[in-house]
Amino acid sequence: MNIAVLSGKGGTGKTFVSVNLAAAMGQQIYADCDVEAPNGDLFFKPENVKETKIFVKVPVFDEEKCNGCKKCVDFCNFNALAYVKNKPLFFPSVCHSCGGCTIICPESAITEIDRTVGSVFQGTTKKNTFMSGKLNIGEASGMPIIKEIMNRITDSNQDAIIDCPPGSGCMVMETVQNADFCILVAEPTSFGCHNLRMVVDLVRVFNKPFAVVLNKGTDEINPTEEFLKDEKIPLLMKIPFESELANRTAKGEIAVENLPWVKDLFDQAIDQLRKKVGR
Amino acid sequence: MKQLLILSGKGGTGKTTVASCFIELMQTKAYADCDVEAPNLHITATPKGKGTKEDYFGLPKARINQEACIACMNCYNSCRFGAISLDEKSKKPYIKELLCEGCGVCNLVCPSDAIVMEEHKNGDTIVYKQEPFFSTAKLKMGAGASGRLVSEVKKNLKTIVPKEWIREDDRVAIIDGSPGIGCPVIASLSGVDMVLIVTEPTLSGKSDMIRILETAAHFKINTVVCINKYDICMELTEDLKMYCKEREIPVVGVIPYDKMASVAINEGKSLIQYDSPSGVAIRSICKNTMERL
Amino acid sequence: MIVAVPVYDDDKTICVSFGRSPEFLFMDTETKEKTYLKNPAADAPGGAGIKAAQFVVDNKAKALLTPRCGENAANVLEGGEVILYKTTSTDTDGELKKFANGELEALSNFHAGFHGKQPN
Repeated sequence: MNIAVLSGKGGTGKTFVSVNLAAAMGQQIYADCDVEAPNGDLFFKPENVKETKIFVKVPVFDEEKCNGCKKCVDFCNFNALAYVKNKPLFFPSVCHSCGGCTIICPESAITEIDRTVGSVFQGTTKKNTFMSGKLNIGEASGMPIIKEIMNRITDSNQDAIIDCPPGSGCMVMETVQNADFCILVAEPTSFGCHNLRMVVDLVRVFNKPFAVVLNKGTDEINPTEEFLKDEKIPLLMKIPFESELANRTAKGEIAVENLPWVKDLFDQAIDQLRKKVGR
Repeated sequence: MKQLLILSGKGGTGKTTVASCFIELMQTKAYADCDVEAPNLHITATPKGKGTKEDYFGLPKARINQEACIACMNCYNSCRFGAISLDEKSKKPYIKELLCEGCGVCNLVCPSDAIVMEEHKNGDTIVYKQEPFFSTAKLKMGAGASGRLVSEVKKNLKTIVPKEWIREDDRVAIIDGSPGIGCPVIASLSGVDMVLIVTEPTLSGKSDMIRILETAAHFKINTVVCINKYDICMELTEDLKMYCKEREIPVVGVIPYDKMASVAINEGKSLIQYDSPSGVAIRSICKNTMERL
Repeated sequence: MIVAVPVYDDDKTICVSFGRSPEFLFMDTETKEKTYLKNPAADAPGGAGIKAAQFVVDNKAKALLTPRCGENAANVLEGGEVILYKTTSTDTDGELKKFANGELEALSNFHAGFHGKQPN
């Protein structure tokens, strides 16, 4: 069973929930797909980590063959090409690696080489297999890195807890596609509720069974719980804001390993989860 | 008109909460929400009157005209984004809109002119054309190219404010940025005069602050930092301060964890309107930030 | 020679973002003739600076007056032998006069492209 953990709003506790779920369930892959700002390694401190660079294809120009027709410049929808001083000029940072320029060149003056945009890291922890993706600073899209992680999960035949990127953009969709169940982490504020709606829409479009975890909860009436009641969305777990928990998590501790009340909370949620998914 | 951009790297550090307070404290009449995937600023910095909504079109996307299609599979074999699938019944290819990046390669390799590139609605822009001038947007679920929509939000702000304001150096526009370090953040950085990073004393917060500092430095923009919820972990707060000091990045203040923050958000008001220690801290941060702008 | 300036729709105010300025003013310094053309890169999803720079080069400008310029665009402009000058105010006519009197400094400090570094 692959579980995707997502939240519309950042900072609600996606990583906190994913990490603790993976640690409590054991024998899972924990995959950190928040490639712009990966944080899972701060909690798991994986060992035997192997880094694999992720490449995309970019064009290379044979200036001898180039006849200055500029068909490649005109074709490129991303403006990665210019033509000055009688030769083509290429800007890798805006290239989307579509391969169009190589196809359109009438003189076959364009071939492709690999260019790195980030890395995937894989290692081990006490009980889990750890995977994480990291996008290089300045790069526009983390999609190729996420695709690699998702492929590894599929190939492994192991269950995975997927720590998704925040929001509801294309990268999130990539991570949700192969999930069997989605856990939506939300805050009990109107910001949290507002952004929860976005991801609820997303999981419904993908027809995924889902439940919500309410994090940093207080006892007061809050818009998020009202929303869940109105929409009849199951509440899997309610984690209260608690100073010691916040402090230990801030320092990178895995709460289920150090705070018995948190372990109990997660164990109960895992029981409920298994019942819902039927495994 | 000077632009102050508020970023965080990590989500949930309090960027929008701080932005709302700044708007209130400075009585700013021009502000924008560049967090186009999950805009929230309007909840606590409520604009007046009705906004003008407009369709926002992203890169054109491909569509296959099924009648003209001869099922040669050229497009299917050339798409690098997995955006073309085969229909089981008709055995013809079709475009999965959500995955199409608009590169135009399928259109290029189609021998029967069966593919067109069509304008595609990616989201909505919303502007409030009376004081206070507010520009925001909402990206459709799953849409990419959020960077350009961010640029559009900023451009719109410049369009709706009175023309004289653009030349007035003592006017300040507050821009609530998006989390992360990718495309939308990079687009928000364009043309701003200063960046205020709101971070928190957690390992994740520090790690993301470092990445956002590198991104801002990349573009040589004046940057200052403030630490929110500093009392959650004093050791990390000191660590953050030290990190900034070593790199000569001014820490313009620290804000204590304050339960009033969620109350304020839920009541749709800015924290400044409550009598609270966090409000006092934010006032001081605002003053320090403005002095440097 | 032809001088290019990125301007807003009012045709008078210099636009701070060269790549996405709504229009370009092209002025012939000899005939004093002014032409305003829409910037084809204004709505570009990405690589706006690159496309705008190509547009300036294709329109045969030999000088560009702008407050800032990104690395990528600067590469294109350099390739097209366009010299960049740093403007200090948003008043188009004022800056053109300064340029004519040789009072504008060359722009040499380029900020990183908004989508990452240009490899060397």
